[in-house]
Amino acid sequence: MASIKIICPNGHLGFAPLKTASFHLGVEEKPDFIAADSGSDDIGPVPLGSDTCASPKSWQEHDLEEMLLASRKLDVPMIIGSAGDTGSNSRVDMYVQMIRDLAAKHNLPEFKIGWFYSEVDKELVRSKIRSGSTIEGLDVRAALTEAELDATDRIVAMAGVHPFRKLLEEGCDVIIGGRSSDSAVFAAPALHKGYDKAEAYYLGKVLECASFCAEPYGAKETVLGSIENGGVEVTAMHPGQRCTVASVAGHAMYERSNPYHEYVAGGLLDMTHCKYEQVSEKTTRVTGMVFEDATDFRVKLEGSGKVGERFVGMAGIRDPYTIANVDKVIDWAREQVRERFGDEGWELHYNVFGRDGIMGDMEPNRDKPGHELLVVVQGVAATREMAEEVAITGTRQLFYARLPEVKGTAGGVSFVFDEVLPASSAYRWTLNHTMSVSDPLELFPTHTDIVSQ
Amino acid sequence: MPKLTDMAKTIRSKNAGTDKITFDIIFRAQPQYDWVKECKVLTRQTVASILNIAEERISDFVEYDPAYAIKFTIHRLKPSGSAGDGDIFGAQQYAPFLEVDVPEMPK
Repeated sequence: MASIKIICPNGHLGFAPLKTASFHLGVEEKPDFIAADSGSDDIGPVPLGSDTCASPKSWQEHDLEEMLLASRKLDVPMIIGSAGDTGSNSRVDMYVQMIRDLAAKHNLPEFKIGWFYSEVDKELVRSKIRSGSTIEGLDVRAALTEAELDATDRIVAMAGVHPFRKLLEEGCDVIIGGRSSDSAVFAAPALHKGYDKAEAYYLGKVLECASFCAEPYGAKETVLGSIENGGVEVTAMHPGQRCTVASVAGHAMYERSNPYHEYVAGGLLDMTHCKYEQVSEKTTRVTGMVFEDATDFRVKLEGSGKVGERFVGMAGIRDPYTIANVDKVIDWAREQVRERFGDEGWELHYNVFGRDGIMGDMEPNRDKPGHELLVVVQGVAATREMAEEVAITGTRQLFYARLPEVKGTAGGVSFVFDEVLPASSAYRWTLNHTMSVSDPLELFPTHTDIVSQ
Repeated sequence: MPKLTDMAKTIRSKNAGTDKITFDIIFRAQPQYDWVKECKVLTRQTVASILNIAEERISDFVEYDPAYAIKFTIHRLKPSGSAGDGDIFGAQQYAPFLEVDVPEMPK
C-alpha cells in the first residue's frame, strides 16, 4: 500500500496564528491532506454557553486562508474539526462562510465543500433519560439528571471519524466539522484511504497538537505524519525542531490522565506496547499500537449552562497587617453584600494573588504571602445591575474593612481604578458525559455544496 | 540536596478534560528517572502531601517508561472555568514540584 502523508499546522486553529514558514515547508512535501482541529474545552465553559469564540476572527481567517490556498494549489482535501473553538452550529456556519469568502477573494476554481453539525437538542437527551438510556458521567460525575439538563444552555457531541469519512466519500475538497475528537480529524482520511484503525488513530493522536510532539518547545509549527511500512512516522517541519523518541512518546501523555489509552467514539487506542525509534534526525517512527472496537457506541457530550451575569473588580494590598488578615477583610466585604442582598441569589469569588490566587487550598506557601497582594473579585447575579452592585460592594468594601489594629484608617486597599468591569457571563460545565447512540452519524447531520465564482 | 527541577527536563500541568488536571514530570534520561522512581520521591502519598489533598483526589498515577516520565492526575473540586477558578487551563499547578528534594544520586 502507498503511504499517506498529512500535515498539521496548528493544534488549536485560531487560538494563535500558525507559523507560515514551517507550514510552507510542509506544503512542499506534497501531503495528501492538510488538517487541523480548531477547538478545545480548555477555554472554559463561556464560549460554548454563550455561543461565542475564544479566538479572534482575523487569526481564524489567517489560518483558514493559508490552508485553503495550499489545499487548492495541491488539489488535496483540507479538513477542519471543532470549528470556531466550540464546534457549535453557528461556528460551523461561520467557518463555511469564511471559506466561501476566501474562495471569492482569491477567485479559486470550483470545489466541493462539506460540513456537519454537532449540537444536540436538549429534548433528545431528555427523551434518552426518560427512556432509561443513562447519560453516564465521565470522570467522577454522576449520571445526568433532568435538573442539570434544564440548567444547560448548549450541548455539543464529540464526533468521531464517521461524519468526516462520509464527507470524504462524497468527494469533498474542504470539510468543516462541528465538535470533533482531535484525532478523528486525521484518522478519518487515513481510514478513508484504507489504513488500519490502529495506525490511523495513532496518526491522529500524534498530529493533533502540531509541533507539541517536537522539540525544542515551540507551538504552532507544522509537523508531517505518515503511515508507511506498518508504522506511523512523524517529522518536524521547522528547521530548528526535531521529532525525537522523547518528544513523541512524551506527547502521548499530553492533556490526558492516562498515557496508554485514548478513547474515541467507537473504540479505544491502546498505546501500551508502542515502540519508538529515531529513523532520521527529524523523524521518529512508532509501531505496536492497537485499536479495540467498543461494544456499546457511546458519544461524549459537552454542555455549558449559564450561572449569571458577571462583573470583576480588583484591589491591591500593601499593609503587612492587612495582608496577614486578608481573610477577615474579605469576610467584611462579603458580609456587606449579604446585608444588602440576603443569603442567596448572588455569588462572590475572591482570588488572592500573591498568596493562593492560582492554587487555592493546594498552595503549599499560602501561609507565606508576598509583600503585596492583588485581590480579584467576581460578582455574579441574575441581572447585570445586580452583578455590578455585588461586585462593586465586594470590592469597595475591602477599602472600608474594619480591622482592629490597622494603622491606615484612610483606606485599606489600593485601586488601579475605582470601578468594576463588565466580564463575560459566568457559565459552568454542566455536561461531561457520554450517551449511547445506535448510528454513529445520528448526531452529526452532513451537508455539501459547490463553491464556484 | 538536589531538587526535582535539577533532574527533570519538563515539569508541567494541564487540564485533562473539564474535571481533572494532569501533571507530567519528564526526565532527561533513564538514570535520573530510575533514581527518582527508586527513591519513591513521587508516589500517590507524596503527591497528596505536597498538594495538601486527600489521596482519593488522585485519579491516576503512572510511571511511563517510554518517555521517562512520572504522570499523575487529580480531580478538580469544580469544573475548569467556573467563576473563581484561578487557573482555567490548569497550567500553573506544577510549581510546588519544582522544589521537591531528591536524594543525591550515587556516582
